[in-house]
Amino acid sequence: MKRLLGIVTAALLAAAPAIAKVKVVSSLQDFASIAQSIGGNRVDTFALAKGYQDPHFVDAKPSFVLKLSDADLLIVAGLELEIGYLPPLIDQSRNDKIRPGSPGYLDASIGCDILNRPTTQVTRAMGDVHPYGNPHYWTDPENGRVIARAIAAKLSELDPSGKADYAKNLAAFEAKLTDKEKEWAGKMAPYANTRIVTFHDSWPNFAKRYQLNIAGHIEPKPGIPPSPTHTLEIVNLIKNEKIKVILVEPYFDRKTPDAIGAQTGAAVVMFYPSVGGVSQITDYFALFDYDIDAFVKAAGAGTAK
Amino acid sequence: MKRTHFLVLIPWLLAAPGAFSPDVALAQEPAPSPTPADAAPPPSPTPAPIEAPPAAPPPPVYPAPPPGSSGQSQASNYFNPSISVIGNFLGVAGHNPVENLPAASLRESEVALQAIVDPYGRADFFLSFSEEGVEVEEGFLTLTSLPWKLLAKVGRMRVSFGKINTLHLHVLPWPDSPLPIVNLLGGEEGWKGTGVSVARLLPLPGDTFSEVTLQVFDGNADNLFDAPSRGNLSYNGHYRIFKDLSEAVNVDLGASYGAGPNPASVKDDVQWTTLAGADLTLRWKPLMTGNYHAFILRGEYIHSDRREPAGDQRGYGWFASAEYQFAKRWWVGARVEASDHADDTRLRDKGQAVTLTFNPSEFSQVRTELRRRVYGGTNVTATEALFQLQFAIGAHGAHPF
Repeated sequence: MKRLLGIVTAALLAAAPAIAKVKVVSSLQDFASIAQSIGGNRVDTFALAKGYQDPHFVDAKPSFVLKLSDADLLIVAGLELEIGYLPPLIDQSRNDKIRPGSPGYLDASIGCDILNRPTTQVTRAMGDVHPYGNPHYWTDPENGRVIARAIAAKLSELDPSGKADYAKNLAAFEAKLTDKEKEWAGKMAPYANTRIVTFHDSWPNFAKRYQLNIAGHIEPKPGIPPSPTHTLEIVNLIKNEKIKVILVEPYFDRKTPDAIGAQTGAAVVMFYPSVGGVSQITDYFALFDYDIDAFVKAAGAGTAK
Repeated sequence: MKRTHFLVLIPWLLAAPGAFSPDVALAQEPAPSPTPADAAPPPSPTPAPIEAPPAAPPPPVYPAPPPGSSGQSQASNYFNPSISVIGNFLGVAGHNPVENLPAASLRESEVALQAIVDPYGRADFFLSFSEEGVEVEEGFLTLTSLPWKLLAKVGRMRVSFGKINTLHLHVLPWPDSPLPIVNLLGGEEGWKGTGVSVARLLPLPGDTFSEVTLQVFDGNADNLFDAPSRGNLSYNGHYRIFKDLSEAVNVDLGASYGAGPNPASVKDDVQWTTLAGADLTLRWKPLMTGNYHAFILRGEYIHSDRREPAGDQRGYGWFASAEYQFAKRWWVGARVEASDHADDTRLRDKGQAVTLTFNPSEFSQVRTELRRRVYGGTNVTATEALFQLQFAIGAHGAHPF
């Protein structure tokens, strides 16, 4: 019996380091990246949607149920971005820790600058309008700071023994973010008030931060694919306003934007909304490094006819 | 008789989840209605009102308060359930004396009422209004806070027998049910039961999902089971394995076994029908969806053994189906099917069908099916065109994958 107890104790001790890690599951790779920066080696992170995937259309795969059933913390974008797949996954996970309202559930939008909150009654005649505001808010690095603080607070709550580590990592994250924000602002400054066209309405926060003026979208309405009439309107808009840049998220069909670009001379830029969109975008800082460099290159070179 | 008592007791045992996990349960708050867990999107999106890519995007369901509305009146809506209605219009052309569908019908209007009940569970009601009347298609409480990774449902529900039987009409990849469901599971509507379902996760190595579901129902089911007395129940067990073979490819396998008293039963002489099934779904969907291509291959096999005083009726049926998404809003599909009749297995029906589906938005869908069915025991070969229009309003909960 003593021998058995000894074996059990040894097994538990051996398992202890693995148990100690906080298991973080996030809907987006951006939150996983920030959580990894804050949590360091105290956390394991997993993102349900890949950075190159349309975050509106994620399959509620049973393999995600397994990830969620073991999670200590679930970080979501909120604003109903995940409504098409997350609710049944949470139910099937049988994990009470991560339900909305439980300590292990973090809505990253809380405290962030959320734009485009509808001020009139929303109907589906408007397309896929998000009734709580635009959910692509992490494309403003200052919102990233808010999210990082929220994650640090949440991790400290769930894992109090790591509080000092989380505070230290948060301070380092914020210091780097402050430096980077100066660099990014410097690069974008020459393009203030530049008018651009985007495929989907994913960029209001980015545009506000860097004073870009979004003149139109290739989608006639959110979630509705381009129509010939609307495409013609966009072509005329680009020609009339001498718009140089069209931003396209990686998960949309490039056919229409490329055709518009060919007709107007505007540069079509693959613009990544999330970490992991391409292999070079390894973390939240690299996301802005990559996108801003791509924008500067295109806006500097684009020649409107 | 003892079985009946057991069934009566189960809801009580399950209804006290707080007794098992008071800390966790009490830590929760009932989620206000417009939270993601409660509000929900209409049927599946793009290619999805067809089951598979159930990823439904954010449905603009809860409007911002109109100017001038008070916070109080908005708050009064928080605990209302999500409400949605899905209309299902079917037009049929061609000649078919066996399945004589009307030229045009609003075949079903499915009203869904869904909300979180309390920290221990959620409720889902699906009421089906058709030209024949109203039916509670499903109405169940899901207990989500049980110990030992259990998930229980109590009420009326579609039985977890195979894959297609669990799906609502509006998420089927065709406008009609395949022959093995029609002939062996009680008709176009499939097998529905009233009772208790308990499912447990049994994770396998290599991030492989596996789940076992055990269900006990009342012994009556339309055209399938007819219990001569209260003590005669029906049962079902289902085992499911899901594995991501790669980021874009996954496989879903299921095995089912069910039994219940068939209509030939009389008191003191219960005649059982036993059902066994296997289902396979293989999906390919690249995550980089710039081109919006996807492919789904699915198949199901059902074996039915119906004991009758005059002798056993042993029959089987199957279907295989493929669907391909060739543009963001467009799918094509094909299906082959064959099935014996459960009550006379000398009769075997066969069919082939092709479909073309267009989703103007995530909330509406137009589908055409060209179908040929050969009915056993008759000389009837029916070739028909089915035209289906589906449209959703309100907040419809996302469907499980």
